[in-house]
Amino acid sequence: MSGILNSSIGRKFAMALSALFLMIFLLQHFSINILSVFSPDTFNEVSHFMGTFWAVQYVLQPILILGVIFHFVMGFVLEIRNRNARKINYAKNNGSANSSWMSRNMIWSGLAILAFIVLHFYDFWAPEINVKYFKGDMSGLIDPDNVDSGFRYWEELHHKFQDMWRVILYCVAFIFLSLHLLHGFSSAFQSTGMNNKYSKGLQGFGKAYAIIIPLGFVFIALFHHFTH
Amino acid sequence: MNLTLKIWRQANANDKGKMVDYKISDISPDMSFLEMLDVLNNELIEKGEQPVAFDHDCREGICGSCSLYINGEAHGPDRGVTTCQLHMRMFKDGDTITIEPFRATAFPVIKDLIVDRTSFDRIQHAGGFISVNTSGNTIDANAIPVNKHNADDAFSAATCIGCGACVASCKNSSAMLFVGAKVSQFALLPQGQVEATDRVLNMVKQMDEEGFGNCTNTGACEVECPKGISLENIARMNREYLKASLKG
Repeated sequence: MSGILNSSIGRKFAMALSALFLMIFLLQHFSINILSVFSPDTFNEVSHFMGTFWAVQYVLQPILILGVIFHFVMGFVLEIRNRNARKINYAKNNGSANSSWMSRNMIWSGLAILAFIVLHFYDFWAPEINVKYFKGDMSGLIDPDNVDSGFRYWEELHHKFQDMWRVILYCVAFIFLSLHLLHGFSSAFQSTGMNNKYSKGLQGFGKAYAIIIPLGFVFIALFHHFTH
Repeated sequence: MNLTLKIWRQANANDKGKMVDYKISDISPDMSFLEMLDVLNNELIEKGEQPVAFDHDCREGICGSCSLYINGEAHGPDRGVTTCQLHMRMFKDGDTITIEPFRATAFPVIKDLIVDRTSFDRIQHAGGFISVNTSGNTIDANAIPVNKHNADDAFSAATCIGCGACVASCKNSSAMLFVGAKVSQFALLPQGQVEATDRVLNMVKQMDEEGFGNCTNTGACEVECPKGISLENIARMNREYLKASLKG
């Protein structure tokens, strides 16, 4: 059991588990963000809860960050090992004859998502940490000295998407996210050994997930841009 | 048919190697691909040049000896066939055909198009067998009842001829379809249960030591496999391995 992470199958299993964890997180992130379209007040309340509840902040958030780091680091480890497994490339290789573009380019869609996460942290996570833990303002209010000023979360989100270039960058990143998930979802189940009579149904669900969730994020970004 | 062949030539394992162009004419569409190479080699020998070295044996798709990466695909553009079963009718008059050896660090080139696939043998030696006493008092295999579904799946897995097309096609040079098939053919049968834990742990360990890459589930191996070995075998091997890791 101790050497499982030293084996190719063990590493793939760990990669798949982190992927499944991140897909569950993505669904949760989307469920909260879509509230900003339908009800700014509900979005504010849920955001304030997520941003101040200790279990989310001090347990789930570190686990999430570790999960993201693990997924990327393991992705690079696997990629390096895979590249070493063929040091001389083919003069002619017809990859499209036997596999999808998404499956052959997970490293590139993954790198695009990594770049997006850096931008996303700069846009939302870093300012949030700054306000809460460096400035010490846990009120979540627009004006911490005025209790009637209302929560700041929806206002901040709405304001961020005023910038057209940010919206374009986010939408491009969501396309890469969709491409990554189109292969990653079913691949994660295969790596955990789940390939059985339910696989076709899971693949269908995975495709729907890979299209609907990123498209939903695109919709949210466009909604805030065009309603500004 | 008149064709241009771009063939990988490499004098020995230490030679750098390069692609060399050859023109060949009057090829019948009914010839097999290897017969076309035989014609080329006859011409080269008549000219006093070194013939192109390539693996072949049974020439009926059973032995797993022939290999070749033809126009960017293992065993060429046809499906469910080995190179020896590939016919020239799959190509058009005037085509340029690129012929390369199977590429993988674990399959080093010996000469021209011949690669060393003994890494597969070493994986088999690590556990691809059952220990049965064959001294004369062996129990009749038919005396052990086997579920029909399992028997069919085990037989399908056992049709793997170990040609290495899965490794050659995989962008990661992963051998997991081969090892998955070899693990599965025993995992599905009662005879294979006794050594199941050691088998999968040892075979996967050997596979990793040989330098094969990690499976990223692109499915290229399944598409290019001349025997249609299914990806289900990789999932089964993953399950067997995880189960064995928890036990051992």
